[in-house]
Amino acid sequence: MSARPATAPGAGAPPPPALDVERLRADFPILARRVHGKPLVYLDNAATTQKPSAVIAALTRYYSEYNANIHRGVHLLSEEATHAYEEARTKAQRFVNAARREEIVFVRGATEGINLVAATFGRARVGAGDEIVISAYEHHSNIVPWQMLCDEKGARLRVIPMDDRGELVLEEYEKLLGPRTRLVAVSYVSNALGTVTPVARIVAAARRQGVPVLLDAAQAAPHLALDVQALGCDFLALSSHKMFGPTGVGILYGRAAQLEAMPPYQGGGDMILSVTFAKTQYNALPYKFEAGTPNIADVIAFGAAVDYLSAVGLDAVAAYEDALLRHGTAVLEAIPGVRLVGTAPAKAGVLSFLVDGIHPHDVGSILDREGVAVRTGHHCAQPVMERFGIPATVRASLAFYNTAAELDALGAGLRKANEVFGR
Amino acid sequence: MTDLRDLYQEVIIDHAKHPRNFRKPEGANRTAEGVNPLCGDQVTLYLEVADGTIRDIAFQGSGCAISTASASMMTELLKTKTLTEADRIAERFHELLTGAPDPSAEAPELGKLAVFAGVREFPVRVKCATLVWHSLRAALADDHRVVTTEE
Repeated sequence: MSARPATAPGAGAPPPPALDVERLRADFPILARRVHGKPLVYLDNAATTQKPSAVIAALTRYYSEYNANIHRGVHLLSEEATHAYEEARTKAQRFVNAARREEIVFVRGATEGINLVAATFGRARVGAGDEIVISAYEHHSNIVPWQMLCDEKGARLRVIPMDDRGELVLEEYEKLLGPRTRLVAVSYVSNALGTVTPVARIVAAARRQGVPVLLDAAQAAPHLALDVQALGCDFLALSSHKMFGPTGVGILYGRAAQLEAMPPYQGGGDMILSVTFAKTQYNALPYKFEAGTPNIADVIAFGAAVDYLSAVGLDAVAAYEDALLRHGTAVLEAIPGVRLVGTAPAKAGVLSFLVDGIHPHDVGSILDREGVAVRTGHHCAQPVMERFGIPATVRASLAFYNTAAELDALGAGLRKANEVFGR
Repeated sequence: MTDLRDLYQEVIIDHAKHPRNFRKPEGANRTAEGVNPLCGDQVTLYLEVADGTIRDIAFQGSGCAISTASASMMTELLKTKTLTEADRIAERFHELLTGAPDPSAEAPELGKLAVFAGVREFPVRVKCATLVWHSLRAALADDHRVVTTEE
């Protein structure tokens, strides 16, 4: 599979409808802001995305009209809140095309989703001498939970290497799979480089060996249509705030058979059927994994974000962003001293780069004064920086509300940086 | 609006591009390492101290223009200073960046380092300027723990 839709003229499939970006921008109140006297150019979407009015309104409506605890009240407000919360689960189910709604577990974010799998599946199924396979471009959230598990169990972490363009070396991956492999956990899109992982091949090779696969889709969700049944993965984690929803919510998709076999995550209310001091009987899926009062308001607003993004249409988003990414690449390549880090042919949403002789931190400060918000640093992927022998990069990351003119503003800001540093 | 030139003054750019005393001295008898975990900046400061005086001071590491210039200019100023003087200068520098703004306050002992007053207007960059000074304090106290900006 590829992140890039067929763009060749006459390639068969009709092109997705073009986005009316100016109209969509009006849905995001924050995009009208000015910073340091300049229009905000928000290019830090891989860190978190901005929120449309529909999401903000969903939060306000919940708190002003039907705030109540869920799954227990007999009164109307509780009934309404429970309905909206469970409706969000159905929306999430459709968003990732899960077969059953019980396969969607609400968590705090992709990080918690991965930790949940490490703490339950991992604790039950991984033992001394076993192996977990991750990739060279994982976010720390898909490294550290497995390292902690490996330390506890005496298991071993194996890492799929990447080449100089930032693509995984699949031949090496296939060699890593063996009788001791218990799980393959890889990101769908690299947050530091933008590389789109060839997940179909990753999953197919793992399944041939009977090894389950977890996909960290945090960076993929705002850019590509997700389909867990077509992907064939066993787990998929994503974060609401990276796809135009509120912070503090995410989902873990788990294939029902896997979730059924896993021990519970946290103990508490809502995850039980009955409790005595002698024995506790756990609740059915997905409640077995949702102890305590959940983040009701943000789950409901996440449902609004799913509706919004689905209405915009991920096929149209992918096509638009692909053109935007090409434009951004051309802008950067035209600036003296700029070097792109991560040049895989299949990329989504990320332009990571260095400016010769200017530290990323300084580039970031200069861009900020031009109204351009980017991230600088290691992007919670220090092994990626080490692989390329660099301490940090500047990362401009896109959403569908960005425009070619904004990437031109990025270019102008970088020329200014060269000027400040007398280059 | 604060101008970028308040942050990137010419003297700062000059020291960032051509850091002075960027080396490991043979006779160093005190070293201190500093890291900024947020941006990955790393500095190692070397001091040769004899009779309560800094005979030589140098640094190595990687960092942004602000942290590199701060380290470079620090080494120029502190060579030949007594440990007591160095400690007082470190305190003045810290006040310059983090104290209450007082335009009439002068810190003649800081010399050229006074240009770092402009960093005050860029709060997220204050830690870049102070990183090496945290390391200096550790070296003066002969404390061998790695210093981080997050303590």
